[in-house]
Amino acid sequence: MSQSGEKGKFPDAAGYVGFANLPNQVHRKSVKKGFEFTLMVVGESGLGKSTLINSLFLTDLYPERYIPGAAEKIERTVQIEASTVEIEERGVKLRLTVVDTPGYGDAINSQDCFKTIIHYIDNQFERYLHDESGLNRRHIVDNRVHCCFYFISPFGHGLKPLDVEFMKAIHSKVNIVPVIAKADTLTLKERDRLKRRILDEINEHGIRIYQLPDADSDEDEEFKEQTRVLKASIPFAVIGSNQLIEVKGKKIRGRLYPWGVVEVENPEHNDFLKLRTMLVTHMQDLQEVTQDLHYENFRSERLKRAGRAADEDVMDKDQILMEKEAELRRMQQMIAQMQAQMKMKPGDD
Amino acid sequence: MPNFSSSRALRMRAASPSLPLVSLPTFTSRDCKTARGRKRTKNKTYPATATKTRIDMSEIVPPEVRPKPAVPAKPSHVVPPSSVPFVPSPQGTGGEGQGSGRGSALLGYIGIDTIIEQMRKKTMKTGFDFNIMVVGQSGLGKSTLVNTLFKSQVSRRSTGWSRDEKIPKTVEIKSVSHVIEEGGVKMKLTVVDTPGFGDQINNENCWEPISKYINEQYEKFLKEEVNIARKKRIPDTRVHCCLYFISPTGHSLRQLDVEFMKHLSRVVNIIPVIAKSDTLTLDEKIEFKQRVRKELEACGIECYPQKEFDEDMEDKSDNDKIREAMPFAVVGSDKEYQVNGKRVLGRKTPWGVVEVENSNHCEFSLLRDFMIRSHLQDLKEVTHNIHYETYRAKRLNDNGGLHPISSSGQDTQESNL
Repeated sequence: MSQSGEKGKFPDAAGYVGFANLPNQVHRKSVKKGFEFTLMVVGESGLGKSTLINSLFLTDLYPERYIPGAAEKIERTVQIEASTVEIEERGVKLRLTVVDTPGYGDAINSQDCFKTIIHYIDNQFERYLHDESGLNRRHIVDNRVHCCFYFISPFGHGLKPLDVEFMKAIHSKVNIVPVIAKADTLTLKERDRLKRRILDEINEHGIRIYQLPDADSDEDEEFKEQTRVLKASIPFAVIGSNQLIEVKGKKIRGRLYPWGVVEVENPEHNDFLKLRTMLVTHMQDLQEVTQDLHYENFRSERLKRAGRAADEDVMDKDQILMEKEAELRRMQQMIAQMQAQMKMKPGDD
Repeated sequence: MPNFSSSRALRMRAASPSLPLVSLPTFTSRDCKTARGRKRTKNKTYPATATKTRIDMSEIVPPEVRPKPAVPAKPSHVVPPSSVPFVPSPQGTGGEGQGSGRGSALLGYIGIDTIIEQMRKKTMKTGFDFNIMVVGQSGLGKSTLVNTLFKSQVSRRSTGWSRDEKIPKTVEIKSVSHVIEEGGVKMKLTVVDTPGFGDQINNENCWEPISKYINEQYEKFLKEEVNIARKKRIPDTRVHCCLYFISPTGHSLRQLDVEFMKHLSRVVNIIPVIAKSDTLTLDEKIEFKQRVRKELEACGIECYPQKEFDEDMEDKSDNDKIREAMPFAVVGSDKEYQVNGKRVLGRKTPWGVVEVENSNHCEFSLLRDFMIRSHLQDLKEVTHNIHYETYRAKRLNDNGGLHPISSSGQDTQESNL
């Protein structure tokens, strides 16, 4: 914010009211409150999801990892594992929740594997809706998934049928950021070709991935350029690693091969830095889009459904009809209550 | 140089379970090019076998290329033919296998070892067939690897499914043949591709079309063999080797991999390879290979070279070394780059050039040497003597004889696998 340094400037200048200070107050309050962010990672096993998360946030989110063999995987269905970690940097606290989906795409028949995930996302929305419609809204815990990193395998020729189906199923519920995993398999030409193919296929199937907002016209050139570069690099081709390798006397994170060292933070080697920049500078935007777009969609859908259930009931039994009407009345009562509450306590959070 | 050890073939025959004794000779009239010592029976006699009317050439096989005793234990067959049963007895092979343990010394040079040269010339003239099948998800570099293996454009690279070419809904089988020549030896190489394998959301039973295809080839061969008027040289379309491409996740085998190999390792020679292995560092490679090997063992999957078919210590030790190194972690490429003044096949990345034929970088040369330079003939023989014979025995037993094979009978056969 360009005005952050102007706190207290010109206190006595004529016409200066001082509400230019507001952003700083908000800033201070949010810093105190801390930020919450929920990130979901989806992709076949073995694509480097956990390594990437560890590299992004410089933590070890999965200290005792057990990788099951193929025989054990047969019994497993897709599971949802959420791990939370509190990261603090320069006084700013971030409560990061990473939702992992082991078992996705592992089965021979992957028809059902995204049902669990969609169910989870809907559940989080449901819970938030419930909390929001409740009486005590002081401490609503926001567990909604703000962003989903979808890992695309670099070994294929583009999107697989499973990728397409999954993205189509969740693009209206969560912000999708497609990521090409294990990008060190690809030469530069192959990488460009793959990116173009993926974008073509995304357009072809009408999948709505998260669009970076254009930089505002009053931002400086550097930021605008950065945004342009970021937008052009989607999907990001990344490599993850937390191993330190010594290159030219410096210790950097990378992967050591007999033919060279791939550096994680080298923009010429991969798009890791771009992904991290995007995530960090647009964390707020991701949350906003989740709130304004996906959550509102869900909410209207749910409320409509609750109201519509009376007429569209396929089973058409009188009993169910009456039940639905009762529910509707209850909802209306709740809304009336909320309205009454709002009148009593004006705008206090 | 083709490998002519007969002892293995014979021991196999003795070991293979239900070989029925039918009125046809149990060995097929195959060409010398593929048969381990099996020769045509058309009145060809060789010097020392004048005593035998029904020629079992396999017993008088020329010595192999390996440094074994130059002359096999021929004297064991100077015994009158009546005592030798139709199916060569294990004793005969045993003695032979051990070399000239029981033979009497030859006085003077006869020239029997020139048979190698004769067979070699024959092979060069007729050339031979080799059929290789590649199985794996799309994009794992199957076609590139085959092209690299045979140093020619034998497989059309699908650089991606173009707009018009969607991923096939079911697994297709596409086979393309080329004749390649090297050192005067002609080889008709057929590459069988399986696009669509493992690419769908629901991949259940996606190995069935492949299994069906392999059995169809056996069926075709059986039909030809059983014919009254047989062709001089039965065209061999049976799959000699199946390269299975494992995705280099670094974790473990996928369910699909295990299921496929379980169903097909008894039907065809499977050689698993780790595709696109330039994504694994050295440590990851070692760990992954170990894990894959353990998993294969735990599931009871026997890949080529199968342990049960090693006949002697030398074979066993050679094959053990190979088995320790399997699955081979390969990288394929048909582009050349300049490295240290040499032109090498490789992949160029911003951080270095992955050299395909550099054994520090990947195990492509190991795979190539193994598959082509040392075990090519063996692959064909195991296919012919083991897998084909198993199929044949099952067919004959189930049909109660050599009846004309109807297509309905065929279907019930395949499901038994």
